[in-house]
Amino acid sequence: MRRFLRPGHDPVRERLKRDLFQFNKTVEHGFPHQPSALGYSPFLRLMAIGTRSGAIKLYGAPGVEFMGLHEENNTVMQIHFIPDRCQLVTLLDDNSLHLWSLKQHSGASELREEHRFTLKGPPGSPPSATQITAVLPHSSREVLYLGTESGNIFVVELPSFKALEDRTITSEAVLQWVPEDYCNRRSCELVEALREHPKNPVQILIGYSRGLIVLWDLQNSKVTHQFLGVQQLENLYWQRDGSKFISCHYDGSYTLWPVTSDNRQPEPLENLVPYGPFPCKAISKIYWQTTKNGLPYIIFQGGMPRASYGDRHSISVVHGSQQTAFDFTSRVIDFFIIFSSEPAAEFDDPSAMVVLAEEELVVIDLKTAGWPAVHPPYLASLHCSAITCSHHVSNIPLKLWERIIGAGSKQNINYSSMPWPIDGGTNIAPDPPQRDLLLTGHEDGTVRFWDASGVCLHLLYKLSTVRVFLTDADPNDNMNTQGEDEWPPLRKVGTFDPYSDDPRLGIQKIYLCKYSGYLAVAGTAGQILVMELNDEDAEHVVDHAEADLLQDQEGYRWKGHEKLKTRDGPVRFEAGFQPFVLVQCQPPAVVTSLALHSEWKLVAFGTSHGFGLFDHQQKRLVFVKCTLHPSDQLALEGPLSRVKSLKKSLRQSFRRIRRSRVSSRKRRGGGGHASEVQEANAKFDQDTLQEMELAPVQRKIEARSAEDSFTGFVRTLYFADTFLRDSSRHCPSLWAGTNGGTVYAFCLRVPPAERRMDEPVRAEQAKEIQLMHRAPVVGILVLDGRSTPLPEPLEVAHDLSKSPDMQGSHQLLVVSEEQFKVFTLPKVSSKLKLKLTALEGCRVRKVTVANFGSCRTDDYSENDLAVLTNLGDIQIISLPFLKLQIRYPCIRKEDVSGIASCVFTKYGQGFYLISPSEFERFSLSTKWLVEPRCIVDMPEVTSNNHVYNKPGMENAARKSSSSDYGEDERKSGQLMEHALLNDEKVLKEIQSTLEGGR
Amino acid sequence: MNRPHRGAAGSRGLGTMEVKSKFGAEFRRFSLERSKPGKFEEFYGLLQHVHKIPNVDVLVGYTDIHGDLLPINNDDNYHKAVSTANPLLRIFIQRKEDADYSAFGTDTITRKKNVLSNVLRPDNHKKKPHIVISMPQDFRPVSSIIDVDILPETHRRVRLYKYGTDKPLGFYIRDGSSVRVTPHGLEKVPGIFISRLVPGGLAQSTGLLAVNDEVLEVNGIEVSGKSLDQVTDMMIANSRNLIITVRPANQRNNVVRNSRTSGSSGQSTESSLPSSTPNILANFLQGEEESDEEDIIIEDSGEPQQIPKAAPASESLESLTQIELLHESTQNGFLPSREMNLNHSAGSISMECEVQDADHKPLEEDGTIITL
Repeated sequence: MRRFLRPGHDPVRERLKRDLFQFNKTVEHGFPHQPSALGYSPFLRLMAIGTRSGAIKLYGAPGVEFMGLHEENNTVMQIHFIPDRCQLVTLLDDNSLHLWSLKQHSGASELREEHRFTLKGPPGSPPSATQITAVLPHSSREVLYLGTESGNIFVVELPSFKALEDRTITSEAVLQWVPEDYCNRRSCELVEALREHPKNPVQILIGYSRGLIVLWDLQNSKVTHQFLGVQQLENLYWQRDGSKFISCHYDGSYTLWPVTSDNRQPEPLENLVPYGPFPCKAISKIYWQTTKNGLPYIIFQGGMPRASYGDRHSISVVHGSQQTAFDFTSRVIDFFIIFSSEPAAEFDDPSAMVVLAEEELVVIDLKTAGWPAVHPPYLASLHCSAITCSHHVSNIPLKLWERIIGAGSKQNINYSSMPWPIDGGTNIAPDPPQRDLLLTGHEDGTVRFWDASGVCLHLLYKLSTVRVFLTDADPNDNMNTQGEDEWPPLRKVGTFDPYSDDPRLGIQKIYLCKYSGYLAVAGTAGQILVMELNDEDAEHVVDHAEADLLQDQEGYRWKGHEKLKTRDGPVRFEAGFQPFVLVQCQPPAVVTSLALHSEWKLVAFGTSHGFGLFDHQQKRLVFVKCTLHPSDQLALEGPLSRVKSLKKSLRQSFRRIRRSRVSSRKRRGGGGHASEVQEANAKFDQDTLQEMELAPVQRKIEARSAEDSFTGFVRTLYFADTFLRDSSRHCPSLWAGTNGGTVYAFCLRVPPAERRMDEPVRAEQAKEIQLMHRAPVVGILVLDGRSTPLPEPLEVAHDLSKSPDMQGSHQLLVVSEEQFKVFTLPKVSSKLKLKLTALEGCRVRKVTVANFGSCRTDDYSENDLAVLTNLGDIQIISLPFLKLQIRYPCIRKEDVSGIASCVFTKYGQGFYLISPSEFERFSLSTKWLVEPRCIVDMPEVTSNNHVYNKPGMENAARKSSSSDYGEDERKSGQLMEHALLNDEKVLKEIQSTLEGGR
Repeated sequence: MNRPHRGAAGSRGLGTMEVKSKFGAEFRRFSLERSKPGKFEEFYGLLQHVHKIPNVDVLVGYTDIHGDLLPINNDDNYHKAVSTANPLLRIFIQRKEDADYSAFGTDTITRKKNVLSNVLRPDNHKKKPHIVISMPQDFRPVSSIIDVDILPETHRRVRLYKYGTDKPLGFYIRDGSSVRVTPHGLEKVPGIFISRLVPGGLAQSTGLLAVNDEVLEVNGIEVSGKSLDQVTDMMIANSRNLIITVRPANQRNNVVRNSRTSGSSGQSTESSLPSSTPNILANFLQGEEESDEEDIIIEDSGEPQQIPKAAPASESLESLTQIELLHESTQNGFLPSREMNLNHSAGSISMECEVQDADHKPLEEDGTIITL
């Protein structure tokens, strides 16, 4: 046996292995877990998202993606792009600044960290003196202004991060310009906002948290204007022409201030509490966008009435008489507005609002009436309802692909038709080689169909199984019955909805036949739905059948959940996959395995009690088989009983500890005896606690016995046309493997097509194999005479696969958690095996046959097993000789949910969840590799000359601490204008910048 | 018992020997040529013939000169019985299915009543003899110390045999650290240790493993660098034939080896019954490779055909039920060597015990087969 593990170092094979296998984690799909910061560069048209784990991700046009990770794994607090550069600065919660660059390397851009920097104060100063609260990359691209908690503003040089101490703007220097009576009332406190003047780069607006705002002249180091705010400041925003700015405040108000040369200490033009008069929550960020028609867009985050809507996560858009408070289902992290980049444009003319909420990205089209949402091509919230299972189908025929897209497009009519507004960079990755579908099952009873062909995981179509059932929730509840008179004008947006009406609706298994369009889904309450693709809406009755898996067993009582109630009469289904038959398992335990054979029109299903076969053509149950072991009581207690009992025992033990403490406290002061008891109690508590801490982790070594629980749990089902009874005639067969290491084989008689409706399908048990090591059977596969796995149903009929070799002798591969075994057929005798667990101490968690093509020659490919173990390793094992080819560490072994979520594709790629909302995509193949490959070019030209030529008048670009993307936008427009001048000096400078960075 | 006969037998001298055989309540008397007793198989057939029980599996026992009831199940002890019988060979026959092994053993003369009552009413287990002598085919290694000739004296390689019995392997392992001598001096390295022995479990009853013994290898694979869970899984996967190399916590009991050249197996059971050694060794070798391989295949196709009887004898106890149920012919649990060869020559790594039954239903429901 061990000889299989020691590959004889055959050099030819070793070389071939290098041509076939290669492990890469290629791209992360979905929505970043725990986002914490957002940035946008109107110049590059790239968006950046930082996370609490220190990741930074850049997104541009679909397919343009970059990812970086801070070594510290600290929360990213702020992200600021450097104006006119392919660079950005991040601020982490450890107060460190990091400079990242996008550089071209062998034809594609890469994101790299260049420098890091931590601001140091004068010796002896408290840490708060240098705690950075606001960052302003100046449009000159030479310096960063860093506002701190102490109220001082430090200046550092870029890209060296050299502190320019003589240029520090201290709060004392500022205060000497402020009237004394105001100063006495409030000190400066921390710097809340720093904003560069949109037209005059030597002026910056400084907002302190207590409400004081000053306009500071950098050249003369003096305050030119003071704005004596009385409310705690949250944020600032310049109007496009620099004649006014707007401040927003903690009390839910915003204030408009004029900036004129004649009044150095102006009064506010306007002060408004938009959702007053009752106390409101803070407005944490505000935009004032001008338009041609004169009516500005005022867009602000928060400000809801504290008492009644204080829990809402809202962003309000006010445009004349139109006002909508977009209501998000999760906390808003940050947002930005995309507006006109026309160089000469006088107005902002906002086109879209991009909102990063904690669980999803929402983009609102501000150009189209009604402000519809834009369907994002990436950053999909995979977890809008928790993912319960996934299923991958490779190489979808075009016909089915188009029909699914067609069904999906009918669901998306409420989305805006606006092209995706964040479109920086160029995707230079080759077109995906084939059309792949990833299906995810969710807790709320939906199945989502994702285009998994390329880098962007894109939602094509969403299927809901809820309609078949009667649930507590009235479907009309979801209709937002919002009258126009209602105030505030809230409107729910986004798709993230973590609440499931009924956990029994959860989808557990999915099986799609890509040739016939038959889909089977099975759920938590033992429900199996068989569906057909229909391009039109339809109203029909769903046939019901019940499969009693405990038929012959007496005295068992199911203690778990009840089955779902079904809706009587015809049900209206929208275009797409429409269920036509429902098989309900009894007891209604979670469906643990599912197989569909579209050619024979059979569906097989298994639970912890047994398995059954259903003929969905005749709508008749063919047979059921109970796999329950008489001693297995646990299987009947329902799915959660174990967890419950654990919880219960934990709770009880805590209660006991608490009770003993409470009782000892009660006795306090009750005399000498009581205190003794109390002491004894305390000692006892301590002892028990110590015992709990000191008890070493130990593991029991015991052989698995037939009495172990859940032995009857059906782990895998498989249809095969093979030689089950004798070597001369092959016949359809159904194979089932259980948790107790038993394999059942049933011989099926499927009537020929012309009599398919008239004669019943018959099944007869032909074999039963008990693996002596009793490990759970996780995979069954039949290899044909050429040792090739049997093709999928209808694959041959569609000319997509060679027909299997029915001449040579077939072999049966049984994969248990511990071993791989090849048996001969029809007489089952063991031929080969690989004892994985005995050798390596790891167990098989997932296994699939994958086809690996050589990257050197097009004509060589082979089938191997791709295996994921409980240690998170991926192994490739050859067929049919079961030799270990290669092993890669992939997932941390502690990441149990990641390992459980892994799904392999048929061509050596795979997906697993790295967070509830993100799939990591990996590839084991040298040939089939889907990874982002893109270029970000500096947009044509920059206009430094501008800044230097007319410093006071025109500003090249500005990027402010948290939000002023608008200015950048316009700036890049101006750049375009100057690009036309074809200024050589500028071009040289760009070139030197690019080269300098290399 | 029967004086006239004894006298008669005695007068006949060494030529023939009288045999009194008892099965249930029936006695049969016949005589044998003392000098040519023949083979056990023939004697067994003869007994079946005289008692007219041709198809009943039985256990054969005799009372020796001390009055102990001893088994006859191979040529050697058969010849011994014949040679020591004086003057009468008294044979007791029990049905195998209700055989009472406890009836065999020494001191049975002093408890003759018990012997008889046990034989007659085998379900009477109130008083058990002190020492039980099994039938030789049931002798099986439970544990052994192996490879002492190649291992350092500080290490011990122990093999535990898990049969289909209820007896648990019965030990726990934990993480720990041990001190190793390395080129850089003493170094603390993580290791796996035995943390607890279950009272009455296999591990405890062998006396070869103890708490705090460090586990170095599992079935030849080093555990260093492996996690507790990995080692647990490896042990459980090998639980039917577990070979663990330990560094005993107590190093004082180590065997000091001088000029001993061999000693690859520590079977104490061999010495008492040399006749059975070859068989045991055969089992042994087979167990080495195959002990966890005898997956059970139940097929319900075609007519009954000759089934390769590949139940490995190292699993004799658990295979007894199976064999009795399915193959009348392998009553001893020993493998005819020819068939073993067949299996090996086929290049098959595993041995399957195939069960053919036209009517699969009883088999499905019959827990004993499926849960063997």
